[in-house]
Amino acid sequence: MSQTPAQSSEEKPKPRRFEPPVSPATQAFWDATREQKFLLQWCTDCRKAIFFPREVCPSCLGSSLEWKESAGRGRVYTYTVEYRPQNPNLAGPYTVALIDLEEGVRMMSNVVDCDPDRVSVGMDVGIAWEALSDGRHLPMFAPTGSTTGGDQ
Amino acid sequence: MVGVADDASPTGELELSGRALEARMISEALEDAGLTLADVDGVCHAGSSMGLAEFLGIHPRFTDSTNTGGSSYEVHVEHAAAAIAAGLCDVVIGVYASTPRSDRKRGGGFRGGPGMMMGPNPMAEWEMPYGLRMPMGPYAMAATRHMSQYGTTSEQLAQIAVSTRQWATMNPKARHQDPLTIEEVLASPMQTSPLHLLDCCLVTDGAGAFVMTSAERARDLARPPIYVLGAGTCHDHSMISEMPDLTVTPGAISGANAFAMAGVKPGDVDLLMGYDSFTITALLHLEDLGFCAKGEGGPFVEDGKTAPGGSLPMNTNGGGLSYTHPGMYGMFLLVEAVRQLRGECGVRQVDGAEVAVAHGSGMVLSCMSTIVMGTEATL
Ligand SMILES: [Zn+2]
Repeated sequence: MSQTPAQSSEEKPKPRRFEPPVSPATQAFWDATREQKFLLQWCTDCRKAIFFPREVCPSCLGSSLEWKESAGRGRVYTYTVEYRPQNPNLAGPYTVALIDLEEGVRMMSNVVDCDPDRVSVGMDVGIAWEALSDGRHLPMFAPTGSTTGGDQ
Repeated sequence: MVGVADDASPTGELELSGRALEARMISEALEDAGLTLADVDGVCHAGSSMGLAEFLGIHPRFTDSTNTGGSSYEVHVEHAAAAIAAGLCDVVIGVYASTPRSDRKRGGGFRGGPGMMMGPNPMAEWEMPYGLRMPMGPYAMAATRHMSQYGTTSEQLAQIAVSTRQWATMNPKARHQDPLTIEEVLASPMQTSPLHLLDCCLVTDGAGAFVMTSAERARDLARPPIYVLGAGTCHDHSMISEMPDLTVTPGAISGANAFAMAGVKPGDVDLLMGYDSFTITALLHLEDLGFCAKGEGGPFVEDGKTAPGGSLPMNTNGGGLSYTHPGMYGMFLLVEAVRQLRGECGVRQVDGAEVAVAHGSGMVLSCMSTIVMGTEATL
């Protein structure tokens, strides 16, 4: 961020990537990312984690839902390395992956702090964060044991 | 199915666009059938069947605007067959026209990207921030998983592009008609690993249409009718991150249901028109439709089984990889299947073709729709 040309302290930095909108059902999730807390939604009836967060449980249609903090540990289910990104602000190559979380749900993310050539199916990963322009953070994942995976 | 038409060009571009191109396709398909617009009382269109009918000045009593992406046209055939069988209507037309190549040249047209979806929606929140290239990224993820789980190789995927190109050399309308080698596929630029440029479909102008009516009425028409023997549709996700297993598409269900309805087994099929947006897409169809076991698609295609002279001719028009791909390719599967079963395909004709499968894939491996078709001899 510090090397962006023509940066002025008055101006809010322009988002580099497409930043996720917030919906009523996901407000709590995104609020928690301000403190780099990774929340998962659970159905109190089914006792199953839900992802993506929504208004009702996709198993029972119940609305008895709660948020619990996740340790953010998972495994790479599959991935692709983007060599020619559609978004010109993102420089390839970088890795987009589907992560199977320990809680039994799957989400898309980037694998960071890891050379794309070294990413593999089955690799253990843990939560990492990238700051968004409005104080929220975007959940990303880094290989477990990586020395820089915590915060930035 | 009593009338078909399609158009594409080696330049990748067509003169007409929009409703004008749709109207020409409808007119050609009706002429092929020996019918006129006055006979039409059912309309299928993946954008707006109402807008199309208004343009044509007809008042249909069956209407279908279902849009499941590229498989929309197989779904339309399924719905039209059911509607005709139920007595809702007698003659149904379906049409598609899209000219992304010309549109881009004219500086207008549709461009995907972050601005495409406004407001909160699951894809904007949970996928778009991560910079996955669309539409090839999700297919690349399926390929990575298939390779990891079953040992499928880039060479095997490339063989699908090579075999399909062999068919395209016999289609004078195909965008690419020069022979292709595995080495050339592997040497083409990596787009989103493990997919190379030549693992990916074209972006070209193209259009097509079909006409359907009851078996009874079909017997008196211009061409030998081709019968819809079975149909099946299934979708199991919309976003790739919600796909339960990236190595198994909902085609495993749509295909099994269509085959059961038709009383046909994969071994009875003379021609597979399997949606090839990417090489991996076609490979997954071969497995999910039961032409080989799950995980064995790579070895299955290796010796050119799907090429001219092979035991399972696949995508004989040159496919989305080499003939044309205007975005929602499913219409061209139907048109080629009908022409092959009528024996009209000249140098690329599959000898004695009696049973064909048109298998459409929509969105990101999301919605599969399978149509089993046969000649009069298969009834
Ligand atoms: Zn529940």
